Order: sequence, then C-alpha cells, then structure tokens
Amino acid sequence: MFNEDNQSYSNTLKRLDELEKMPVQVNKEGDIREILENNGISRRDFMKWAAAMTATLALPSSFIPLTARAAELAGRIPIVWLHMAECTGCSESLLRSSTPSIDSIIFDYISLEYHETVMAASGWQAEENLHSAIKDYKGKYILMVEGGIPSGESEFYLTIGAEGTTGAKSAREAAEGAMAIFAIGTCSSFGGVQAADPNPTNAMPLSKITNKPVINVPGCPPSEKNIVGSLLHFILFKTLPALDAYNRPTWAYGLRIHDLCERRGHFDAGEFVQHFGDEGAQNGYCLYKVGCKGPYTFNNCSRLGFNDHTSWPVKAGHGCIGCSEPNFWDTMRPFEEPLANRLYSTKFDGLGADKTADTIGVVLLSATAIGIAAHAAISSMIKNKE
Amino acid sequence: MTKRIVVDPITRIEGHLRIEVVVDENNVITDAFSSSTLWRGLEKVVQNRDPRDAGFLMQRICGVCTFSHYKAGISAVENALNITPPKNAELIRSLMNISLVLHDHPVHFYTLHGLDWCDIVSALKADPHKASNIAFKYSNFPMNTGADELKAVQAKVTDFVKKGALGPFANAYWGHKTYRFSPEQNLIVLSHYLKLLEVQRVAAQMMAIFGSKQPHPQNLTVGGITSVMDVLDPSRLGEWLSKYQYVKDFVDRAYYPDILMAAEVYKNEPSVIKGSGVPNFLCYEEIPIGNGEYLYSSGIVRDYDITKLYDINEDLITEEATHSWYKDNEPLHPYDGKTEPEYTGFKDGNSIGPDLKDVKTKLLDVDGKYSWIKSPRYDGAPMEVGPLAAIVVGLAAKNPRITTIAEQFLKDSKLPLKAVFSTLGRTAARALECKLSADYGIEVFNSLIENLKTDKATCAKYEIDKNKEYKGRYIGNVPRGTLSHWVRIKNGVIENYQAVVPSTWNAGPRDANGQKGPYEASLIGIKIANLAQPLEIIRTIHSFDPCIACSVHLIDTKGNKMGEYKVNPATLRV
Repeated sequence: MFNEDNQSYSNTLKRLDELEKMPVQVNKEGDIREILENNGISRRDFMKWAAAMTATLALPSSFIPLTARAAELAGRIPIVWLHMAECTGCSESLLRSSTPSIDSIIFDYISLEYHETVMAASGWQAEENLHSAIKDYKGKYILMVEGGIPSGESEFYLTIGAEGTTGAKSAREAAEGAMAIFAIGTCSSFGGVQAADPNPTNAMPLSKITNKPVINVPGCPPSEKNIVGSLLHFILFKTLPALDAYNRPTWAYGLRIHDLCERRGHFDAGEFVQHFGDEGAQNGYCLYKVGCKGPYTFNNCSRLGFNDHTSWPVKAGHGCIGCSEPNFWDTMRPFEEPLANRLYSTKFDGLGADKTADTIGVVLLSATAIGIAAHAAISSMIKNKE
Repeated sequence: MTKRIVVDPITRIEGHLRIEVVVDENNVITDAFSSSTLWRGLEKVVQNRDPRDAGFLMQRICGVCTFSHYKAGISAVENALNITPPKNAELIRSLMNISLVLHDHPVHFYTLHGLDWCDIVSALKADPHKASNIAFKYSNFPMNTGADELKAVQAKVTDFVKKGALGPFANAYWGHKTYRFSPEQNLIVLSHYLKLLEVQRVAAQMMAIFGSKQPHPQNLTVGGITSVMDVLDPSRLGEWLSKYQYVKDFVDRAYYPDILMAAEVYKNEPSVIKGSGVPNFLCYEEIPIGNGEYLYSSGIVRDYDITKLYDINEDLITEEATHSWYKDNEPLHPYDGKTEPEYTGFKDGNSIGPDLKDVKTKLLDVDGKYSWIKSPRYDGAPMEVGPLAAIVVGLAAKNPRITTIAEQFLKDSKLPLKAVFSTLGRTAARALECKLSADYGIEVFNSLIENLKTDKATCAKYEIDKNKEYKGRYIGNVPRGTLSHWVRIKNGVIENYQAVVPSTWNAGPRDANGQKGPYEASLIGIKIANLAQPLEIIRTIHSFDPCIACSVHLIDTKGNKMGEYKVNPATLRV
C-alpha cells in the first residue's frame, strides 16, 4: 500500500513537473496565489483548501502540496496574433475551424490576448493588451503573424497605434519574448501577394524581420486545419513539429498536392481537361493542362480539403495555383497554363530557375516539371494508341 | 478648449484604420478624420500579368469580401473581351454572392459589431427565465434563447471570466453608459454571438460547395466557372439548399429579431440615431436572378429624398488625392487615375490619453495628406455606399423585394423612415439586405435547376489577341456597397487596373473642397460620454463594416515609376 502510494506520488510529481514546463499561462494578474491573496484569501487558507480537496479526492495527506501546485498550473496558452500587410483571409480561415470550433479554441485551449479582428478592445486599450501580454507572459506566449511586413526604409507603409509604430517594429518586439512563432499564411511565410514582382512596399516574410526561428504555415489562406493543427500540435505534444526546407510542418506540407489528388488516376491514364467547360471537365479529368500546379505544390489540400472537408480547388474543377509555395505569384503564373507551356513570358522566363536556382526546392520542382511533362506526354500517347 | 481623441487601431474590422476626432468643451465631436495606415501596392503587382490571373490577384485585396473582388476581376476582363458567360455560370456566381451576403452580414453584426451593442459583463447578471420570455417579443420562434440554453451560455462565459484571463474580451468598454440593453437582452445577443460562430462556418461552406473554399474561392475563370461537376451533382445542390435553409433560419429567428430589439431599445440613444452625415446614396444593380431581374437596383438618391431616383453615369465617377498620401491631387476618372505614393507621415501633438490626461502622441497632418485611401466622388459629391444605400435606392426604385422587406421592418420596429438615416439604420439595413438574400435567394437556385434541365454549359470560349487593345470594367454591388474594377489590356497583358471599392467611398479623407466622406461626416455632432472610452466612435464606424485593405487605392494606370521610394537593398535586414 505504502509502495503504491509512493509510486503514484512520484508519478503525479513527474506529471506536474511536466506541466510546469508546459507553456501554460499562470494568470494575467500573477499566479493564482496572488489573486487569492488580493481577494483576502491567505496562503494558509489556500493550503487548507488544498487539504480539503486532497481529502475529497481520497488521497493521502502527502499529496496536499501537489494538489495546490496543480491548481496553480491550470490555465490556457496565451496567443498574440498580429496583422501586418494582409487581407485578413487567414483570420477568416481560423474562424472556420470546426474541430475544435473557434469558440472552443478561445474558451478552452488558448487565451487570445491580442487579435484585431476578434478582440473587443480598441485604440489604446487594445495596445495596452498587446504590451501587457508581451510583458506578463514573456517566454510563455505563442506569436502568430498574418501578413507580409513592409521593411527597411519602407516600414512606414504600415503603422499601427497612436504612436504610429511600424508593423515591422511591432512584429520584432512581439517575436522577442515569444515561446514559439508561427507565420500564418503565405504573406507572413514568404511575403505573399504584396511581395510579388515588383514588390512596391518591400514586403518581407516574418523570418526576415526577426532573428528568432519561425514556423511557416503557408497557403492563401492556409486551411483552418493547418492553422489549428499547428497550434494543436504544440498543445497536445508539447513540442514543435518536424519541418521541411521552407520551415513548414511536414505533417501538413510533407506531400505534394499531386500525390494524393482525387484526379490522379486520370493523370496516370492520360486523361486531361483541355479547356474549362469541356467534356473532360464534366468527367473530372486531370487539370494539369489547364495549369494545375499540384505537382509542384506541397500541401495537404487533396487529403483534408477546406471548410470542414467541403471541397478544395481541384475538386471544384480549377487547378491548384501553388499558393503554399514561396513566390508562387511569380513562379507559378500564369495560373491557367502549365508551367512547361507558358504563353506569356515572365520577367524570369522559364521556371524562374534563373532567379532562385540556388534553392534546392526549385531545382527539385524543375526536375519534377520535366518528369511531369514527360509523364503526361507518354500517358497521352498510350491513350491515343488505344 | 478643444481636445483630440485618437483611436488606433480600430479593431474588429478588416485592415488598419485610425480615427481622430476633435471634441469641444461639451465633449461633442466637431471634426473627424479617417485614415488608412497601410499601403500594399497591389496596383504595381498586377501590371504586365496575364489578364486571366487578374481575378486571382485582385481577390487577395481582401479575405473578407473574398468573392467580391474575385468576381469583379474576372468580370472586368470578360467585359473587356466582350464575353458573356453561360447562364449556369451567371447563376452559380449569384448563388456564391448570396452565400457571401448570408455569411458576411451576420458575422459583421455579431463578431465585429455586436460587442458595440451588447455588454457581455451585464449579460452575466441576467435572469435566464426572464430573458427567455423577452425573446418571444421579437420572434415567434426565437433561436437559442430557451432558459436552459441561456443558462448554459451564462455558465460557460461566467466560468471563462472566473479563470481570470478575459482573452479577446479584455479591456473593452464594458459598463459604458451608452450600452442600452437590459442584462436579459444582453444575454440573448450573447447567446446568438456564440451561435453565430457555428452558423458562419456553415455559411462559409455554402460558398465552398461550388467555390472550393472560403475564404478565397477558386472556381471562377474568365468565361465562366470550373466547378461543373458540383453543378451537375444533385447531392451537391442539395447540400447548398439545406445549408441555405439552416442559415436563413438563423437570419429569421436570431439576427432579424435582435435588430428589432436594438431598434426598440437604442432609438433613445442620441449617438446612434443622429443623422448619417453624407445625404447622398449610390447603389448599383447586382445579383442577377436569371430572368433579367436583379435583387439590388441601380441609382442615386440625393439629400435623403427617396421620391427621386437618378440614373448613374459611369463617366462622372472620379477619385482625388488632395489629402491622400499620393502625389497627384486632381480628380480623375478611374481609367485615368494615378497612384504615385507620397508619404508625409504624422506630426507631433497631443491627444487624450488612457487616464484622460493630455499626452504627447503622433497626430495626422490633417491640413496636408493623412490617409492611404483616396476620395471618390460622383459628379463632385461624396456618396455613401453599402446596405443603407442599397435599401434606400431600392425603395426609390420601387424594387418590389426590397420594398416588401423594408416596409415590414418599419412596421415591426415602429421606426419612421427618417430614423433609418443613422448608425442604427445602417446596422438595420445590413440585416435587411441579408434578409433579401435569405428570402429571395431561393429564386436564383430555382432558376439554376430549371436551366440545368436543358443546358450544361459552364464556360464560354474566347481568345486574347495579343495585337489588340481592350478595356473593360465591372460595376456592381457587394456586401459593403458599390464596387467597380477597371482594366486595360495591351500586348496580351494587363496594362493598367483600377478598383474603386465601397470602403474607399465611405472611408476616404476630405476632398479639395473640404467635403467630408461618410465616415468623417457621420461622427460630427456625436457627444462622447467618456473621452477615455470612445464607444460611440467605434460603434458609428463599425456600422459601415470597414474593409480597409480593400480601400487602399490600387492601380497606377499610367505605369508611373515609384523611383523615389526604391529601397536600397544594402540597408535591409535579410
């Protein structure tokens, strides 16, 4: 009996140690003890309560301090979400989350300390929320950033707050004390649409604004699954996820759209939509020849879809535009032509390889493109023979 | 002695917006300034690209009006190429538009604007049984207001508050004296606030059924739509229909009754029934229903006079930048617009700080340039666009559907027509516009079913001749008001592109003649109860449903170089 108790004691102690290391918020006004004391409940009263709880739970009295500690550790993870140069599409995507739902996320999992689209406070009260979250939860909050960031001498293209603070400054300050940093969407991951050629505002990805490590969750917007999944990974496993070469979590961005595409069978059979609205389109043929960038794009759209699995672009008969890849506005355009068959030459010509050939990803993509073209040609020939 | 109040950021909107007001010794607003503090430069980005890509790029103006700019970008190119998409494509676009309205307006009222009307803290003191009875005053079948449901809502939020950290609800203006609902009424709205978080997901799915995803659907293409398999699949049509009925139910049993309740209670609150500011309203026809009719009517109403309707002449639309951070000031038609940035920044000054004391702060240089938004004018006059304009123009045009809904509302709410030209009226008009889609959207659906019996076409064929020059535009009405996109195509690529968007009409700074736009004009004359908690400002501005990233001016039609803002790469942290 004694041994068992000893065992469960050490197990509980271990779990509490783990919990303590977990990125949980204690409480805004300090820890729970301070709150109790401020409300006229002394440490002595608190320990009496812990003793009563321990007895209620039928635990030996040696557990009393542990019960007290567990109560002190209860809380939710503080999140600071910043809006930079963006369209709010990523926030809108977050709102679509169904499992867990947005209200459950806000009420049960996280403490949304700052999020301009949702928060009730405005003006200086809003700014105060941001500043106190950064201060009070130093090293304990998660930073999520939406939008590209005008940088360098162009920082003034975005200011926020009465003092006219630039977005870049605000992002840098918030990144400083964050426990983990997520760039939500292609804009904060890679610069996005405002950073497309000729990038008039010198918009940059978050990773070039801060020296701290940034996990990229790209997509225009990322699906609600990828946003919430990134958060849940952290909450459930207490670790950061494995990342690919572009710092994207591999659980979401490990496979190409093409790999699990519902139209893949038609690709292999050489059955292609030749132009939108044709018979192939009605029969669900492969969209490669009308510009699908699925073979060059790493994301889980073909597996998870959007809006609670309702659909995704290829299901809706339009090719993937490659929105979770770096610089896709330039490298994947025009969106309704295959890469190997561009009608309009772009500034970079060809596959954009002359611009970014130094990155392994693009070299791989070029190789894939050649492979795809050959594959498509061969499949098409086989079909013609039949 | 005048004082200045700065509200930045205006939260619960799309984009980055700053409002500054001047108040007199009685705390009455005597002057107001509206400023967008973000410029993204998409006008430069879209140039020299494939015209077929314009819709995808322009869509990224905004993730809230996520379908509006997509459709506008595609339609402007279709107009330039002189293509008429097949009827199925037109009707699917209408269904997507209806889906957007049914999504956007409830999200605006509850998630973005609701907390200006509903005091959550007060709701925690409510008697759920009493509240449950009150709900029947505004609806025969109220939604989520049974005493048990209200108790659960109260318990959930009370528990949340007890945890100590209020998260997104922290530091708001709870307890402000212009909150007018009783604790029970607050609890009803709070219950609907939470229910809406669920309903909006379903409304978004309505668009995704044909549009692939929401935000940023991807099924339109120049010439038509691509989601032909979904259109020809009866189970998908059924999915849309059942979700439409589900959302319509929320509009009828929660949204509309809450607006009636707000109209009854808030009609005694001076800050929300003060006149709307700009007396002119513009709306363009939109949402074709398949028989040549549109849900919205076109026209202009001047000086609040709905007995007269004026036709819209597109040539009379101009934009100017006297007080905007661009070089060229003169009013220009969108086809000839110029957009060369000239940022002059803030100046040093004082404003009312958190503790009501005057503190040093940055202020807009209101004698010079002070916003990234331009000032659109029609025939030299500012116009309010948006749901209030849609309803007012609809009444003036004797649009039968709008007239039915508006007259019923005036009867239910016992408000006189003139009370509609206000913050309260603007918020109510949005609910009426939503009801327009909820009540009559089914006509579009039925047209589609009828048409599909004999016609499967979804895409028109076309060619872009590299040796020809094209120009075209889209004009229509989207959830925030009248939207137009203007495109010129040369050598097979976009030569220039211009968008004049609803929030530009409403949020623009004053023009060379000192005429204020709707945001600024609507604030003048409001008395602020507590200068440190300017809830009256937030509530008035939110009634427009600001969408600021949209309204930042978009295109440099002349291809001007922005040489002086070229950044030296050596100075960058890369």
